[in-house]
Amino acid sequence: MIKRWLYIIAFIALCLSCSSEDTGYEPTVQPLDIPSIFSDNIIPPIIPIDNPQTVEGVALGKKLFFDRILSANGTQACASCHSPQNAFTDNTPTSSGIDGIFGTRNSMPLFNLAWNYNERFNWDGTALSLERQAEEPVENPIELHSNWEAVVDRLQEHPEYPELFRLAFNTNTITKELTTKAIAQFERTLISANSKFDRYSMGQTNLTAQELNGLDVFLREDKGDCFHCHGNPNNPLWTDNDFHNNGLDSSFSDLGLGEVTGDPNDNGKFKSPSLRNLAYTAPYMHDGRFATLEEVINHYSDGLQNSSTIDPLMKQIAQGGVQLSDQDKADLKAFLLTLSDPSFIDNPSFHN
Amino acid sequence: MKKILTPFLIVLLSFTSCSEDLDDNLSLQNLTTFNFTHNWDGTLVTNANFNNIVYTNANGDLLSIERLRYVISDIMFTSSNNEIIELDVYNLVDVTNNNNLSFTLQTQIPTGSYTVSFTFGLDNEDNAENYLDLNSESFNVPDMLGGGYHYMQFDGKFINSNSEEQGFNYHAIRAVDNPGMNPTFPQDTFFTIDLGVIDITSNTEIEVQMNIAEWFKNPILWDLNDFNQMLMPNSTAQIMMYDNGQNVFSLGEVIQ
Ligand code: HEC
Ligand code: HEC
Repeated sequence: MIKRWLYIIAFIALCLSCSSEDTGYEPTVQPLDIPSIFSDNIIPPIIPIDNPQTVEGVALGKKLFFDRILSANGTQACASCHSPQNAFTDNTPTSSGIDGIFGTRNSMPLFNLAWNYNERFNWDGTALSLERQAEEPVENPIELHSNWEAVVDRLQEHPEYPELFRLAFNTNTITKELTTKAIAQFERTLISANSKFDRYSMGQTNLTAQELNGLDVFLREDKGDCFHCHGNPNNPLWTDNDFHNNGLDSSFSDLGLGEVTGDPNDNGKFKSPSLRNLAYTAPYMHDGRFATLEEVINHYSDGLQNSSTIDPLMKQIAQGGVQLSDQDKADLKAFLLTLSDPSFIDNPSFHN
Repeated sequence: MKKILTPFLIVLLSFTSCSEDLDDNLSLQNLTTFNFTHNWDGTLVTNANFNNIVYTNANGDLLSIERLRYVISDIMFTSSNNEIIELDVYNLVDVTNNNNLSFTLQTQIPTGSYTVSFTFGLDNEDNAENYLDLNSESFNVPDMLGGGYHYMQFDGKFINSNSEEQGFNYHAIRAVDNPGMNPTFPQDTFFTIDLGVIDITSNTEIEVQMNIAEWFKNPILWDLNDFNQMLMPNSTAQIMMYDNGQNVFSLGEVIQ
C-alpha cells in the first residue's frame, strides 16, 4: 500500500521536475572518447554522475585551467606547473608557487585520470576525487595562494565567465563547486593512448629487437619485475594506481601515504606513477630526485634502500637490487620510451 | 539531473520490491552467498593483521602478510542424483583491500542437497580469456610465461636464516617451463576445492575458510629461505604450491 503511494508520489515528482526546467537550454553531452586499447582491455573510466562531461563544461574547464585568474596575484595558472608540452607536469624537481616558494613534491603529469579507479589523487592519495583535488591548489599557500571566495568574485565580475558558466551549468551563479567541476571535466579529456607501444599492441607497428628485450626485462620476475606495480600490455594504464615504497630511502622526511592514513606501515609509500610519457616528464619520483631514466633504472638495479615498509616485491635489497646488465638497462630504457605519446603533447585541443 | 534521478530511483525501487514479494511466494530458488574468511591455524586473519611479522610457519620461520588476493571460479552444485549446476563465474578475493570477500551468485539455486565445489585459480580455458576487471587489477601473467592471470598473489616478509627481513612473493600461476615464444606446461596447477554436501533450503551463506598456514605445511614443508621470490617462472615451486593448496580451503559456517 505504502509502496503504491510512493510510486504515485514519485511519478508526480518526476513530472514536476521535468516541467520545472524552464529555459529549455541543456549543455551538450560529450561522453569521453574512449580509445579502443582501453575499451578492449580495462574497465570503463569513472565519471561522477553529478558531473557529466559536456562540450561547454570541458571548454570552460580548459579556460580555467590556463587562466591566471585563479591565483591571488594573477601570475600563475594550473598550467604553470602542469604544462601540455611536459605531459601536464613541469620540468623542475619541485615547483614554486606564486610567492616563489618551492614545495616539497614533484608536480604530477595529468593524463588518463578518469581511469584512476580508486580516485585517490596526489602522490599520497590525499584527494578523493578530481573535483576535490582541484579545490586544493587554489588555496595552497605555496601554489596559487588565493582563496575561493575571492576567486569566485573575480570570476563572477569577469566579462566572459558568467556566460560560460551559464552555458556549462545552466546558471550564472558561479560557485567553487561548479568551478572545480568544470576543471575536472577538462582534466578527464586528457587521454593518452597513442604511443608506439599502443600501436604495437594493436598490430600497427613493430618494436625493435632492443625494445622487445626491454619489455622482457620489464616483465621478467628474475630481471626488472616492474609489471607487478606498473601495468603490463593488458593493463595499458601502465600503473596500478596503488601506493608502494619502492626503496628510495631508509628513513623518510616525507611520510607519503602514512601521513594521510596515520598508519606507520604506510610510511614512505607513494602512488606508482604511470610510465606513459616519461620522455616529457623528467625529473622523476615524488620529489623529483632523479633527472634521467638512467638514474631511475640504476635505482632499481643497485640503489635500493632498505626500510621496514619497503615493498616485498623489491628483491636483493642487501645488494641494492637485481643488478641488471648494462645491456638490459639500455634495453629497458628503450622499451620505457615506447610508452611515450607525442600526439598527446601535440594535441591542439589540450593547448591554450 | 539529481532532481529527476531521485524519484526515478524510487520508482525503480518500488517496482523491484514488488516483484520480490512475488518471488518469495512462487519459487524455491535460493540466493547463495560465499563468504571468504582467512585464518592462520585457526586464528582469524584480516587486513588489520597485515604488515606485522607475527606468524610462524611450519618450518619455524616468522613472517608477515602484506598483500593477499586470489581468484576462485567455476562454482559447481552437484545434486544427489548427479544433476550439475555449473556456474561459469569468477571472483577476485582481495583481502588487502577488503574487496569481494563476499560473493553472491547471480544464479539462484533450487532447494536441495548439493555437493558444492569450485576451482582455485582459473582452469586453462578460463585462463585464456581476456577479463577486463582482472586486467584493471594488474593481475596478469606475462605472455612469455603463458599469459592469463595469477591464481594468487601473496606477498609478505619473513626473517631469513641471517636474521634479516626479506620479501617473499608466493605467486601461484599455471606452472610453466621454457618461458618465451613457446612456453610449455608441465602440469595443471589450478585445482578443485570440494566443500562437501550442503543442504540449501532457503537463502544460504556459505563460509569458505582459507588456512593461510597450510600453504607452507603439507605435504611439503616450505622453506622460505629456499623459495621466496621469482617463483612465477619456477615450475617446481608452482607444483609445490599446487600440492600444498589442496588442504588450504575448508567449509566453515553455513547460515540459512
Ligand atoms: C605550484 C605548482 C602547482 C600548481 C599551480 C598546480 N599544481 Fe597540481 N600538482 C602540483 C604538485 C606538486 C602535485 C603533487 C601534489 C602532492 O602529491 O601533494 C600536483 C598534483 C595534481 C593532481 C593529481 C594528479 C594525480 O594523478 O594524482 C592534479 C589532478 C592536479 N595537480 C591538478 C591541478 C589543478 C587543476 C591546478 C589548478 C587549479 C593545479 N594542479 C595547480 C603542482 C601544482
Ligand atoms: C613495488 C612496486 C614497484 C615496482 C616493482 C617498480 N616500481 Fe617504479 N615506482 C613505484 C612507485 C611507488 C614509484 C613512485 C615512488 C616515489 O616517488 O616515491 C615509482 C616510480 C617510478 C618511476 C618514476 C616515474 C615518474 O613519473 O616519476 C619510474 C620511471 C619507474 N618507477 C620505473 C620502474 C621500473 C623500470 C621498474 C622495474 C625495474 C619499476 N619501476 C618497478 C613502484 C614500483
